[in-house]
Amino acid sequence: MTDATYLRFEIIRTFRNRRFLLFSLAFPTILLLLIGSSNRHATLAGISFPLYYMTGMASWGAMVAMISSGARISSERQVGWTRQLRITPLRTGSYFGAKIVCGYVMALLSLLIIYLAGMSLGVRLDARQWATMTLLILIGLIPFAILGIMFGHLLKPDTIGPAIGGLTALFAVLGGAWGPISKSVTFTTIVKGIPSYWLVQAGKAAIGSTGWPPPEMWLVIGVWTVAATGLAVFVYRRDTLRI
Amino acid sequence: MTTAPSTTSGIVLHGLEKAYGPVRAVRGIDLTIPAGETVALLGPNGAGKSTTIDMILGLARPDAGTVRVFGLAPADAVAQGHIGGMLQTGSLIEFLSVRELVEMTASLYPNPLPVEEVLTTTHTKAFADQRTTKLSGGQTQRVRFALALVANPDLLVLDEPTAALDVEARRDFWSVMRAVAEGGKTVLFATHNLDEADAYADRIVLVARGRVIADGPSTEIKAMVGGRTIHVTLPEVPASALGELQGVLSAERHGEAVVLACSDSDAALRDLLERHPGAHDIEVRGAGLEEAFLELVAEDEEASR
Repeated sequence: MTDATYLRFEIIRTFRNRRFLLFSLAFPTILLLLIGSSNRHATLAGISFPLYYMTGMASWGAMVAMISSGARISSERQVGWTRQLRITPLRTGSYFGAKIVCGYVMALLSLLIIYLAGMSLGVRLDARQWATMTLLILIGLIPFAILGIMFGHLLKPDTIGPAIGGLTALFAVLGGAWGPISKSVTFTTIVKGIPSYWLVQAGKAAIGSTGWPPPEMWLVIGVWTVAATGLAVFVYRRDTLRI
Repeated sequence: MTTAPSTTSGIVLHGLEKAYGPVRAVRGIDLTIPAGETVALLGPNGAGKSTTIDMILGLARPDAGTVRVFGLAPADAVAQGHIGGMLQTGSLIEFLSVRELVEMTASLYPNPLPVEEVLTTTHTKAFADQRTTKLSGGQTQRVRFALALVANPDLLVLDEPTAALDVEARRDFWSVMRAVAEGGKTVLFATHNLDEADAYADRIVLVARGRVIADGPSTEIKAMVGGRTIHVTLPEVPASALGELQGVLSAERHGEAVVLACSDSDAALRDLLERHPGAHDIEVRGAGLEEAFLELVAEDEEASR
């Protein structure tokens, strides 16, 4: 008895879902190519615009890919498939685990495409910088993996699209993925408590001098992960016991 | 590894109760189903069949009472792969072919049946390479049956399994089911189709308004509501005289024919032939399961008033 076969089919299903692939992968890439190519030689916050924008789109794209993966639980609930799975030996943890692995596969694919788009705009980084940036973004995605599962249990399929779209956009704007945000001290303090801010910073840190973000990042990511897990457990219990 | 199921007990329900808000769906069900039996849960819509099945499968938590499946709590029996289930509602997930979906489900169980074998027995092989979203209602239902069957479970639980099937598919379904049951598995199915329960179950548990109102072989259940009627052609004898025969409750004349409602049709028949050798065209009829069903439900409702 192994969950590997189950995971394999989950990944196959993800890749056959063309609409899902298109929406979670294409938008950040298109934005990067459109805005990046017309500002190819500009600089922003001391670094070249294409590089700056690439890190923003990379964190946004990875976040969308991850949250959307968990949110697919919503349609599986709708058709009664989660009830069917609950009467099989598949553990709930393995079910969520498969969704998170799929989310990571999609996030990595999204990163790869955005990196290639960035390189086509002249972005050049050394191997250590590419690797550090990728690793830090993957760590920064943990709370979003859990939020995706929570939304999958909270929302219906007909509302989850706009909800996820709006929410990830909000996270992206506040985190600075779409460009610099207000420099006001209060605003910056608030924004530093949001995980998407650190997701964006993760990309930038790899390019900077130290290569690693400050300890604050781990704290914010940790707190959001714990809080999101608590909420997800609550929502999951409420959802499964009601039926 | 999994523990072998106990041979003595299949399903044991004790004092089971479940309410959804003000609706008391299950109001105290006690039921023991030995391993290897095929049992029908028969009752009208809203009787509490699905709620009972949900509690056996661990999908719903009882408000009171206990459920044991092969001596285990439902969640453990499910986790160890002892139970295969077909729920009343639910469709299939997208982006997989029928074969892939059956294969995926098989991979979750400790001792699954070979996928190709299950595709053959459930008559799903012809469309095994089609995507799950391209199927008709009947085809979907067969695939859902295949998912329950591929688990190769010790207990098969089927909630209204033939609801979406046409007559031919129904017959197919039950012929497969019969083979499965003969393989020594415990089968519990819910239905509101009296003929299905009668034809395919060893035992019928009649459920109405959240309670078991009758439980036994279908012949026994029929006997419980006054048994049989004797139809006989006997022109000369007054009906009142026939009403005094042994085992006869009442007699009614329709021209030359008389209908005798019996509490004991065997005794009535012997007495009838002894006293009235001229009786001919004799026919003994069992009360239909439908009549038995309606009468039992009515009695239960009267008793609970």
